[in-house]
Amino acid sequence: MSQVLYIPRDSVALSLGADELALAVSAEARRRRIDLQLVRNSSRGLFWLEPLLEVHTPEGRVGYGPVAPADVAGLFDAGFLRGGEHPLCQGIVDDLPYLKRQQRLTFARAGLTDPLSLSDYLAHQGFVGLRRALSMSAAEIVAAVTDSGLRGRGGAAFPAGIKWQTVRTTEARRKYVVCNADEGDSGTFADRMLMEGDPFALIEGMTIAALAVGAGEGYIYVRSEYPQAYRTLCQAVDLATAAGYLGADILGGGRGFELHVRKAAGSYVCGEETAMLESLEGKRGMVRAKPPLPAVHGLFGCPSIINNVITLASVPVILARGADFYRGFGLGRSRGTLPLQLGGNVRHGGLIELAFGTTLRELIDEFGGGTESGRPLRAVQVGGPLGSYLPASLLDVPIDYEALAQIGGVLGHGGVVVFDDSVDMAQQARFAMEFCALESCGKCTPCRIGATRGVELVDSIIAGQQRERQTGLLRDLCATMLDGSLCAMGGMTPYPVLSALDHFPEDFARPSARRAG
Amino acid sequence: MTDTLPEADAQSVEAAILAHGTQPGALLPLLHAVQDRLGHIPPPAVTRIAAALNLSRAEVHGVVSYYHHFRERPCGRHLLEICRAEACQARGARELEAHVRRRLGCDFHQTSGEGVSLEPVYCLGLCATGPAIAIDGQAFSRVSAAVFDALRARHL
Ligand SMILES: Cc1cc2nc3c(=O)[nH]c(=O)nc-3n(C[C@H](O)[C@H](O)[C@H](O)COP(=O)(O)O)c2cc1C
Ligand code: SF4
Repeated sequence: MSQVLYIPRDSVALSLGADELALAVSAEARRRRIDLQLVRNSSRGLFWLEPLLEVHTPEGRVGYGPVAPADVAGLFDAGFLRGGEHPLCQGIVDDLPYLKRQQRLTFARAGLTDPLSLSDYLAHQGFVGLRRALSMSAAEIVAAVTDSGLRGRGGAAFPAGIKWQTVRTTEARRKYVVCNADEGDSGTFADRMLMEGDPFALIEGMTIAALAVGAGEGYIYVRSEYPQAYRTLCQAVDLATAAGYLGADILGGGRGFELHVRKAAGSYVCGEETAMLESLEGKRGMVRAKPPLPAVHGLFGCPSIINNVITLASVPVILARGADFYRGFGLGRSRGTLPLQLGGNVRHGGLIELAFGTTLRELIDEFGGGTESGRPLRAVQVGGPLGSYLPASLLDVPIDYEALAQIGGVLGHGGVVVFDDSVDMAQQARFAMEFCALESCGKCTPCRIGATRGVELVDSIIAGQQRERQTGLLRDLCATMLDGSLCAMGGMTPYPVLSALDHFPEDFARPSARRAG
Repeated sequence: MTDTLPEADAQSVEAAILAHGTQPGALLPLLHAVQDRLGHIPPPAVTRIAAALNLSRAEVHGVVSYYHHFRERPCGRHLLEICRAEACQARGARELEAHVRRRLGCDFHQTSGEGVSLEPVYCLGLCATGPAIAIDGQAFSRVSAAVFDALRARHL
C-alpha cells in the first residue's frame, strides 16, 4: 500500500512555497522508487509551522514543519515516512497543545481532509446536518438556530435565528441566501481558511438556510484578494451540484437550491451588507439606508438572509448535534465557539477556535507565546481596522461580545493583532483615518470629509503644531463621526483613533524631530 | 487613445458579454472577465459593455472607477501588491514598503523603470506570516527585505 502524505494548499502554505515542496517530495520519492499518495489538505492553522507536512502513521499523523524543499532529502533519510526523528519533527499533530486545547466545532474538519473530496467530507460527519434539516419543517430549523444562541460572526453579532425568522415569515416569490465572504478586516482569515479548507461546510450551511426560509438561490460574495478561496469554492459548488447536494432537487427531497460564487473587486465597504447587495446587483458599493432591512427587501428587492461565512458554516454542526450541544459552549449571551485569529507580531499565530470566555491574555500568552520579535507587547487591536487598540493592562478581559464592549472594545470578526513596543500609536491612528478616507463610500459627510480632515489633524499633532487645540478638534471630529455616520465605516473609525489617544497619549506628545526617517 | 479595440481584444469582450451578460447583476462578473483577459478595461470596452447591458457609459465608468481592483489603463509587465494593513504593519510592512520603493525607484500607483506596477493591498488574509505581497496575483509571505530581493530576481 502506498504511503499517505499531506501537504496543505491553502493560501498560507502556498505563500510559503507549499507547491514547490510538493514537487520536491514527489521527485525525491520517484528517485527512491517509493510509492506515495500525496493529499493536498489545508492548513491546520498553526502558521509558524507552515508548510507543515504530515505523514500518516499507525499512531496518528506525524508533522514536520516548517519544511523547505532543501529539507526533503534529509527527511527521507531520517525515515520520516514512518514518523522518524528529525529536527523538524513536531510529533503527533493532534497531540500538540495548540490543537488539543481548542474546541473545534466549525473547524472540526479543516486541515484533516482533502477540501474537495466529498467522500472525505461524508466520512467526517458531512451533510448530517442537511439530512436532518430535510426531515424538519422550516420553522423547526429556524427554531434550532435560534435556540443554539448563534450570533452573526461577521461583526455585528446579531442573533442569526431572529434574522432567519424575518426572512422565513416574509411572503415573497423569490428569496435569497447571501454569504458575506468579503472578509476585509486586517487580522482576520477564518473565512478564508473555512472556504479553502472545508468549502462543503459552507455549502451545507447555506443549503440549510435556504430550506429554513424557502430560498431558491444563493450567492457567495468572495473578496478578490482571495483567489484560492474563490477557485476552491467554484470547484466545490460544481462537485456538490453534480452529486445532488445542490441544484434542482436536493437529495431527492423535491426542493432546489442553486448557488453562485461571485468575486468582489477590492472595496472594503462592500463588506457592509447593503453595499454588498449593491455590488452583487452590479452597482457601485454605496451603503443603503436601513430600513428597509435586507431580510425584507434585500438582493434584487427580495427577502434575503445575509450571513458571514463562519455563521453559516456553524449551522451544520448545530443541526447535526442539536441546539443544546452548541449553546453548551460559551457564556452569557455569547454562546458556542468563536474561531479566533491570532496574527501580527506573535510567535505562534494561527486559528484558535474556542468557546467564548477565554481571556485575551491567555490567548496571546498561552497560544501565541508572546511577541515574535521578543520585545514587550505594547498594543493589541481586536476586531479589525474599526476595532480599538488595547494596552497590555486590559488584556484580562474575557473574549465575549459584551465584556469587550464594556472596556470600549469590539470583538468583531475575532481578529487579534499583536504589536510590540516599536509601534507608534500616532501612526496607527493616522492609518485608521487614512483607511477610512480611502474606503469611504462617500454617502455621508462625517465619513467622507471627516476622515480626510482626521488625517490632517493627526498629521499636525505629530508635527507638533498647536497640539492641544488639534487634539481637541480630533476628539470633536470623532464624536461627529460616531454619531453622524450612516454605517460603521465612519461610525467606528473613531474606535482605533480614540483608543490610541486614550491609552497611548505619549505617542502623540513626542518631539516631532524624533519621528523623521 | 483610439476608439476601437484590436480585433482579438474586441472578440474577448464579445465572448465575455456572451458568457456573463445575461445573468442578474452581470456587471461585476463581466468586468472581471474582461480585465482577466485584457489586463485592464479599456474605454471602448466600457462603451460596448454599456450597450450590451443597456446602461449608460457613465454608469459603467462609475462602477469601474469605484472599485480598487479595476483598472482603466494597463499596468506594467508585472503587478506587485504589498499589504499595507495593520497585521502586516505589526510585522514590518512599513519597512518592507520603504525597501521596495527604494529598490523599484517608484511609489505606489506608479510603474518602475523596469515595468513593475506597485499597488497597495489591504489584507491578503496572511496576517500571521506577514509581511505579505502578491506578484501577478500569486501571494508570498514572510517577505523580509532579503526575501523580496530574491523574489524580485526570480519573478520581476
Ligand atoms: C464597513 C463594514 C465592513 C464590513 N465587512 C464585513 C465583512 O467583510 N464580512 C462580514 O461578514 N461582515 C462584514 N460587515 C458586517 C455586515 O454588514 C453584516 O453585519 C454581516 O455580514 C451580517 O452577517 P452575520 O450576522 O452573520 O455577521 C461589515 C460591516 C461594515 C460596516
Ligand atoms: S459611514 Fe462612510 S462608508 Fe458608511 S455610508 Fe457613510 S460615507 Fe459610506
